[in-house]
Amino acid sequence: MDLFLHLCIMILIYIIFALSLNLELGYTGLFNFGHVAFFGMGAYASALFTLHHVPFELALLISLAIAGGGGFLLSLPSLRLRGDYFGIATLGFGEIIRIIFQNEVWLTKGPMGLPGISKPTLFSYRFTTLPQYFILALVFSILSFFILRMVIRSPFGRVLRAIREDEIATEALGKNVFRFRVKSFVTGSILAGLAGALWGHYTTFISPSDFTLSETILVLLIVVLGGKGTEWGPVLGAILLIFFQESLRFLRLPAEYTRYLAPLQQMIFGTLLILLMIFRPEGILREKGKTKNVGIETGQ
Amino acid sequence: MLELKQVNKSFGGIRAVSDCSLEIKSYRITGLIGPNGSGKTTLFNLMTGFLPLDHGEIFFKGKRIDGFLPHQIAEFGIVRTFQLARIFPKMTVLENMLLAPPRQIGEKLVSLWLKGKRIREEERKNLKKALTLIEIVGLSHLKNQFAANLSYGQQKLLELVRILMAEPQMILLDEPTAGINPSLIRKMMELILKMRDAGKVFFIIEHNMDVVIELCDWVFVLDNGQKIAEGKPEAIQNDPRVIEAYLGV
Repeated sequence: MDLFLHLCIMILIYIIFALSLNLELGYTGLFNFGHVAFFGMGAYASALFTLHHVPFELALLISLAIAGGGGFLLSLPSLRLRGDYFGIATLGFGEIIRIIFQNEVWLTKGPMGLPGISKPTLFSYRFTTLPQYFILALVFSILSFFILRMVIRSPFGRVLRAIREDEIATEALGKNVFRFRVKSFVTGSILAGLAGALWGHYTTFISPSDFTLSETILVLLIVVLGGKGTEWGPVLGAILLIFFQESLRFLRLPAEYTRYLAPLQQMIFGTLLILLMIFRPEGILREKGKTKNVGIETGQ
Repeated sequence: MLELKQVNKSFGGIRAVSDCSLEIKSYRITGLIGPNGSGKTTLFNLMTGFLPLDHGEIFFKGKRIDGFLPHQIAEFGIVRTFQLARIFPKMTVLENMLLAPPRQIGEKLVSLWLKGKRIREEERKNLKKALTLIEIVGLSHLKNQFAANLSYGQQKLLELVRILMAEPQMILLDEPTAGINPSLIRKMMELILKMRDAGKVFFIIEHNMDVVIELCDWVFVLDNGQKIAEGKPEAIQNDPRVIEAYLGV
């Protein structure tokens, strides 16, 4: 039962993380290869503030603001770049943030990591046991899902998809493409920060090696496998991949083989990504022709 | 309404547009013709802010507009189409239409929380207009299809009616009849005339002289980036300079 709850909590946290990337990658067409940076910023900020006895509610808000602010600052120069160049800039940013976690020992304790992160207390209710934390993660992921759905189905979301489809035509119709992209990027960063904070308080220990490029690749794979640009795709992708990843961890193997597990997992993810690109590049779920609009029937 | 003064643009050593001055006064449909490579599309790109000018000034309704960004110029009321239709392939025909209206309340993230009711009202109003327009061009049965599933001609029609959703004061069309079949050309022309009668102002790049003669009430001729003639279409057709530029005789 504990194992099952652990699995569910991990899946819920990754659903939030994947939803945030889906807004950028799936709907706005931004290839963000440094998304883990915002996950890490959320985790570190929330952990550090609560370790310095700031109440969890406030620490969470501050960490969201830090992730969002980081996203804003990164977006100003990098969103002026086109397509692949933007991807490379974000990739570099992801590494920079990880190296800051590693080297600013006075703040982050460097490679030693931050142990003893407290379980959260929201409005004097403590989420210490697994079922309690499950409920906390569930509430936040449902909230994120519906907020993002509202954003995507709104005229704002429509502009984001138009930018993904043809940025020049969107610009010619009088939309400030740069500004919309910044907003999308900042929103995605804030949500990634939320996922990171929840993750940090769940594992109670974080270190720079938790926020490497392979995390970004995992979340990219979740979004692409599930179906980018769909509402349920990231949810489905997170369930499948996190289930797979976490169950590998509990596989009972003879001791001499366990050291192959981590590379094996990377190999399987890599193979999966290649097969996916060849046979179903649009993911398991695909975008439908008919999309719902805000509160109106476009019916037949 | 629109005035270009001494506009210049070079790409490397090639002068795509050189010292081009022209003024669109009160014509409803103005044509822009010239051989391939004469700088027509470059001129459009300069007017809509997609390319920066090297020298010169552009005025729209007395206001200087060069130096502004494309989306700002669209806000001023100049909206364009492209030589190759630019639709949003993985959005439905209706969504293509609903995107275009300017300054929508629902495009602001904050208003999504505060102004839900007004956004719905606005969407309903825009939807009604969009449905009427796609009815006119006969795309109603395809309204919930991805625009990618439309034929090229239908995509061009969609691009044209989508512009109307953007409430333009002046519409720039880059070869509206290129690459589509004659019956659709007919439909396109009727649509443009209908829009003209509804008070829209057009500036059209066009190669098909029959279309130019039927639609335009004034024509500018461009060659090597310079304006070589202007006048009524019938007069232009017989202008020796124009014949020379086109036929090289």
